Amino acid sequence: MGLLDQRFENSNVLVTSLEGLLNWARLSSLWQMQFGLACCAIEMMAASASNFDMMRFGVIPRATPRQTDVMIVSGTVTLKMASRIKRLYDQMAEPRYVISMGSCSNCGGPYWEHGYHVLKGVDRVIPVDVYVPGCPPRPEALLEGLMKLQEKVRKETLVKKTA
Amino acid sequence: MTAEEIHKNLQARFGDAIVEAKLDAPQSFLVLDPKRMKEVCLFLRDEESLQFDFCSCVSGVDYKEGKLGAIYHLASMVHKHKIVLKAFCTVENPHIQSVASVWGGADWHEREAYDLLGIIFDEHPDLRRILLPYDWEGYPLRKDYKVPEFYNGMKVPY
Repeated sequence: MGLLDQRFENSNVLVTSLEGLLNWARLSSLWQMQFGLACCAIEMMAASASNFDMMRFGVIPRATPRQTDVMIVSGTVTLKMASRIKRLYDQMAEPRYVISMGSCSNCGGPYWEHGYHVLKGVDRVIPVDVYVPGCPPRPEALLEGLMKLQEKVRKETLVKKTA
Repeated sequence: MTAEEIHKNLQARFGDAIVEAKLDAPQSFLVLDPKRMKEVCLFLRDEESLQFDFCSCVSGVDYKEGKLGAIYHLASMVHKHKIVLKAFCTVENPHIQSVASVWGGADWHEREAYDLLGIIFDEHPDLRRILLPYDWEGYPLRKDYKVPEFYNGMKVPY
């Protein structure tokens, strides 16, 4: 709120659109599902730790899908795990978002040809909002993906779409 | 104890249970009768001069042309010596006697070899898949394995 500090004469009035307020609240508290699948999870943990501090964007890891807004699929999605991921996604309350982190969950990564047990992209089971490339992506890349998702949330509207 | 001495010791005691021995390899190995694994391994573990108290790894191999094998790496913490055991079977009759009752650590290793290569370890206490889902069909590390088009409605190939 630094930009708005000390800009108002009357302390009781603040003008915004409802949409803007909802979207701002939503994008500022994208709680994250606390789970990791492979080596990307190490980078995700680094992004959460003090050097990169994802929590300054309001991303708090929660250990239950009921309380989370964003699922970061961080790593190789095996066929065995895919059905679990689908179930976890189904348990999340709407609005819900998915960040696909790293080559494996984007498209199968190094397992694209001989990975008999790997799902070639998590978007085959759940819809993905933001793809973060890299193997694994650095924490900066994940933060960039997060900010892309925030931009997306900022543009959401309550108005019904017309064809 | 050297591999030659171990081989002589076992040969004298078990005779034709020791099918073959290669003692000049970087890791000397003995080929055992797949039906008599347990008695030989119990002796290897309990004999005072051998005391192979640690089974560090069990590997499964597909040698092509219908031949499968399990390879056991044994070590003795007491005597600081090592030996490798091999047992072969065929795709038509993929049976090897389990040594999970001799070394507890072999339990999950044998389950893995069963999971990926379909080697059936007789007398194993809990022989079911360990890595792949229980409803998986086929044994993926066999040379003739074909990747399925779909698994539970999910497309598998790229």
